[in-house]
Amino acid sequence: MSSPSERPGTAAPSAVIHDIGYRPYAGPRLGEGAVARSFFVTGLRNCFGLGRSGRSKILPMGLLGLMLLPALILVGVLVQARTLLGLDEHIVAYSTYPITTQLLISVFVASQAPALISRDLRFRTITLYLARPGRRTTYVLVRLASLTAATALLIAAPLLLLYVGGLLADLPLGRETERFLAALVGAVLLAVCLSCLAAVVSALTIRRGLAVAAVIVVLLVSYTVVTTIQGISTESGNETVGEVAGLFSPYTLINGLQVFLFDSPAATPTPPTSDAIGVAYLVATVVTVLGAVGAMLARFRRVSA
Amino acid sequence: MQIRRERRVPGPLNRYLGAVGVIETAGLTKQYPRVTALDQLDVSVGDGVTGLVGANGAGKSTLIKILLGLIPASSGTAHVLGHDVAAEGARIRALVGYMPEHDCLPADVSASDLVVHMGQMSGLPYPAARERASDVLRHVGLAEERYRPMGGYSTGMKQRAKLAQALVHDPRLVLLDEPTNGLDPSSRDDMLALVRRIGTEFGIAVLVTSHLLGELERISDHVVVLDSGRLLRSSATTDFLHTTGNLLIEVQGRTDADTVLGQALVDAGLRAWPVDGHMIEVEVRDETTRDVVRDVTADLGLGLVRMQERHHRIEDVFREGGAGSVQPV
Repeated sequence: MSSPSERPGTAAPSAVIHDIGYRPYAGPRLGEGAVARSFFVTGLRNCFGLGRSGRSKILPMGLLGLMLLPALILVGVLVQARTLLGLDEHIVAYSTYPITTQLLISVFVASQAPALISRDLRFRTITLYLARPGRRTTYVLVRLASLTAATALLIAAPLLLLYVGGLLADLPLGRETERFLAALVGAVLLAVCLSCLAAVVSALTIRRGLAVAAVIVVLLVSYTVVTTIQGISTESGNETVGEVAGLFSPYTLINGLQVFLFDSPAATPTPPTSDAIGVAYLVATVVTVLGAVGAMLARFRRVSA
Repeated sequence: MQIRRERRVPGPLNRYLGAVGVIETAGLTKQYPRVTALDQLDVSVGDGVTGLVGANGAGKSTLIKILLGLIPASSGTAHVLGHDVAAEGARIRALVGYMPEHDCLPADVSASDLVVHMGQMSGLPYPAARERASDVLRHVGLAEERYRPMGGYSTGMKQRAKLAQALVHDPRLVLLDEPTNGLDPSSRDDMLALVRRIGTEFGIAVLVTSHLLGELERISDHVVVLDSGRLLRSSATTDFLHTTGNLLIEVQGRTDADTVLGQALVDAGLRAWPVDGHMIEVEVRDETTRDVVRDVTADLGLGLVRMQERHHRIEDVFREGGAGSVQPV
């Protein structure tokens, strides 16, 4: 809007509406990096329903609240009853928390990956992006980055709450910081893994409901099967089977990787015990992520304008 | 409170003085495995509004996608605003706005949010994108509804939102693919008037497609006619609409007024024949023809409702060409 013209000396009506017709834009035009950054931020906001309809905010915000609730209770218990219960560390370890809350995380990823990825295909909004200067590769990578960042935020928020609560309860600063940072790396790795898998599944269909269901099935079924096998293998004393099985669910995979890389407390009955299996966990993570990114790039190369 | 109107110097010339051609193609061909979508197309498009006419499947959308650098041509070259579509697609897409034919609006986002976002995707900083979005949404005529999710929009509102996103980054050329598709007659008129304004007042070159010929003759400065991927004709709209040298007469007073007058005119030695139901077309021989028509009508006691020059319509190009006898120009 243009500002009303100032006429010095005349105090009387200064309000002037200018109908200036069409105004060309002569300001700066940002480069590829800045465009990608704003695309990333918009995608991240959209994952939490911001910039979308009111109804779209309910589920992601609700899940974020539910993710924080157990952490809040755990911190409350720790602060209030630390001496009473003789606690000198967190009741639930940082690295275990994402596994405990895996259902919430899965629902979040399953609901937001289609919202971010199937939506552009379903409404063919992708055409509008392709008709702008950005490249297809940038589009795919930024979309993945937004989803990953949103998932990482969801996983890391309760960890941060635990960390701050732990410090308030006078847990040793050095040890807690070390564990917390390791858990943050784990949170990011888990977010990358989950987002990539969910994105690939979502990109296969333009039907949002189908995509949501497919992602939930992939994440929940794989987790249930893997933990069942791990349980049986522990019972039967054949732990190597359980260690190998851990490769097939993102939750057990990343938890095992954290055990291998940072010596974090294990949340599964059969964490990797040998270096060979540990390396296999690392390789499996890298292959999952790179494979998914490759699949996404291939999928969107075929999208016609 | 006073309203002061400051209009920019109208017309596209003040912005692109000396621009050689907005779109230039030479021997442009697009060959799909089974069909030839474009066949040796040589088209030159200048400033103002250019209509791209052709039946469905004539190659209009294919041409637009090649011009945007979204699909490669099989052979031939195309330049948009001086840039080669094959090598400088991104540069072209920064300067061009595109309104697709099909639906492309996410249902759970408001027009305002989408247009701001698309402005940012074209490189506008956020505050500028917001200001531009608010401006163009006003120009396309989306008022309070711009803040509602687009899933609930009527077709007319959706077309406006699609147009707004094509204009938000102040492009130098907009490619509008069937902007009047699915609109009722009054929204269609609004949209056409808007397209005309974009080409004249806004100073943005427009390439607008339609399969309805009558629409484009009203708003275009220049019309390109495609038929099965080949150029059927490319000329200024005024050439299409040059006078035919005939008069169009409409009379009233009796139920068979037109037949009676027609017969009387033939008897008076003029060539006359019925057209469009109740009207009569008369060949103008000399300057007395009009007087003869007037006198004959008066003698018959009929009321002369209309006497106007009959113009060619773009349809005539197709009628003259005929489906089988289409020749590339």
